[in-house]
Amino acid sequence: MEKRISGKVFLFGKNVDTDQIYPGRFVEYTDVEDIKKYAMHGADEKFIEKVNNGDIIIAGTNFGCGSSREHAAITLKAAGVGVVLAESFARIFYRNAINLGLPAIICPGISSLVKDNENLTVDLEKGIVSNENGKIASIEPFSEYVLNILEHGGIKELIKKQLKKENNE
Amino acid sequence: MHAIEKLLAKKAGKQSVNTGEIVNCYIDMAGINDLYLQTIRSFFEMGAKKVYDPSKVIMFLDHYAPASTIQQAQNQKEFREFCWDQGIDLLMDIDQGVCHQVLADKGLAYPGEIVVITDSHTTTHGAFGAFGTGVGATDLAIILVTGKLWFRVPEIVKINFEGVPPKGVYAKDMILHAIGELGADFAVYKAVEFSGSALKHLSISERMAMCNMSTEMGAKTSYIQPDEITMEFLEKKVTKEYEIFHTDEDFKYEEEVTFDITNLKPQIAAPFSVDNVFDVSEFIGQEIDQAYLGSCTGGRADDIAIAAKILKDKKVAPRTRFVIVPASKGVFLEAMENGDVQTLVTAGATFVTPGCAACLGTHQGMLTSGERCITTTNRNFPGRMGEVSAKIFLGSPAAVAAAALEGKIVDPTDYTN
Repeated sequence: MEKRISGKVFLFGKNVDTDQIYPGRFVEYTDVEDIKKYAMHGADEKFIEKVNNGDIIIAGTNFGCGSSREHAAITLKAAGVGVVLAESFARIFYRNAINLGLPAIICPGISSLVKDNENLTVDLEKGIVSNENGKIASIEPFSEYVLNILEHGGIKELIKKQLKKENNE
Repeated sequence: MHAIEKLLAKKAGKQSVNTGEIVNCYIDMAGINDLYLQTIRSFFEMGAKKVYDPSKVIMFLDHYAPASTIQQAQNQKEFREFCWDQGIDLLMDIDQGVCHQVLADKGLAYPGEIVVITDSHTTTHGAFGAFGTGVGATDLAIILVTGKLWFRVPEIVKINFEGVPPKGVYAKDMILHAIGELGADFAVYKAVEFSGSALKHLSISERMAMCNMSTEMGAKTSYIQPDEITMEFLEKKVTKEYEIFHTDEDFKYEEEVTFDITNLKPQIAAPFSVDNVFDVSEFIGQEIDQAYLGSCTGGRADDIAIAAKILKDKKVAPRTRFVIVPASKGVFLEAMENGDVQTLVTAGATFVTPGCAACLGTHQGMLTSGERCITTTNRNFPGRMGEVSAKIFLGSPAAVAAAALEGKIVDPTDYTN
């Protein structure tokens, strides 16, 4: 996991639902290269042309509400989004993002502290969000459970390791 | 402790649990639907070879029933092969219907059960006193590998509905009203218990609609304490032994909210969020291109019967189409037996085979730009049923059927008795 993420801000409002993050009509795709093409397609069809590796999504409350589709987290990670900071997350999206190794961080009030398109740095270790003028917000540290998943690059690697250990015992 | 906490403790092999604690629970029933081939991919990516307990896994080919594209057909083929290879007998193929209704029909939803499905509306099973929750594909794959899944013991809030539902008002109106008042993120990460005197007037079908929609206020799970209405249903359907948990009298809810529904009017959630809720009077006369009755929220036999009553010996409005999707095979058979299918087809309705259909904007009743749809389903997000500018209004089955009849939104109270 990258401990320090720097990139351009894509600012969204509250209740950004999974149909905006990844519309239902594309859920049949299973290849990550196909899934990547439709990141944020329901909110901004040009998002995928504009986003670069390490860019940052900032949103209001309840980001990722709606469907359980893991595609919503897969597409953001594949598009290069480095971190999602929101005032709160819908729980299934949150679990999906963490399971895939995409940092999703709760940061109260963040959507009114940043401007769309500005450059931001999120330091996960120090728990600091800063722009060119310096620190603008603090973030809560991840719980031990979540940190363990993120440090393995996602839960699949963690389970894989556990399975190997069990098989060797 | 709350009944939900006792249930989680039991499945985690513990005496008690505390709010906020992470527990690892054995899962009684893990369901996969055909949207998420990633579940199987993740299973193999983790290096697993055999499913932990195939008898506790159920596969639903419901969202693309039957396949409309080659990709969907391919995904379903891989799901079937996985079931055959792994000895998963509970393969609910394209004839069966929407996962939540199929579980209820087959007596696989019961008190004290933990049911986890790759579907956000798994909260539905609170209607049976089960702990139902939705997860993503990889979480479900973890259950396939280990038989268990971690949960954070949630805060529990109680929502009381008091009074007798007035004529023309259904569980859908009650829950839309609550979501409108409390907001789409009111219960994020939390469990919601529904209670109050009004529940004595709600059938299992209505209670399923209520618990189903709790996910639209962010709930992790929902719960209705099993009572005589639950028991009557369970006695007909469930053969398995089960345990009913009860909440201790001194249990402290995180929050308790009460709605008096004595004077509640039929409700509509207007585009583009489920908490954008108003009395139907705000939208009377709004022209409708498509009325849609279906889904795990509003596609049961009782819902179809309400529509049949409203459209008996009448015709769907000339410039409106009425799409009806029975939630399951069991629902479809019951509606046929009652003569409701005959009534509605004669009136001009279009029936779609049981499944999720256009509820999530994949096929069978999609909307194009500028169109307006009134529906018994659960979400009205931009693009949910097709093109992003299409407007979706959520309402009760009576509101949908009355709009199909008139070609515009009307007060369903005038059409029900």
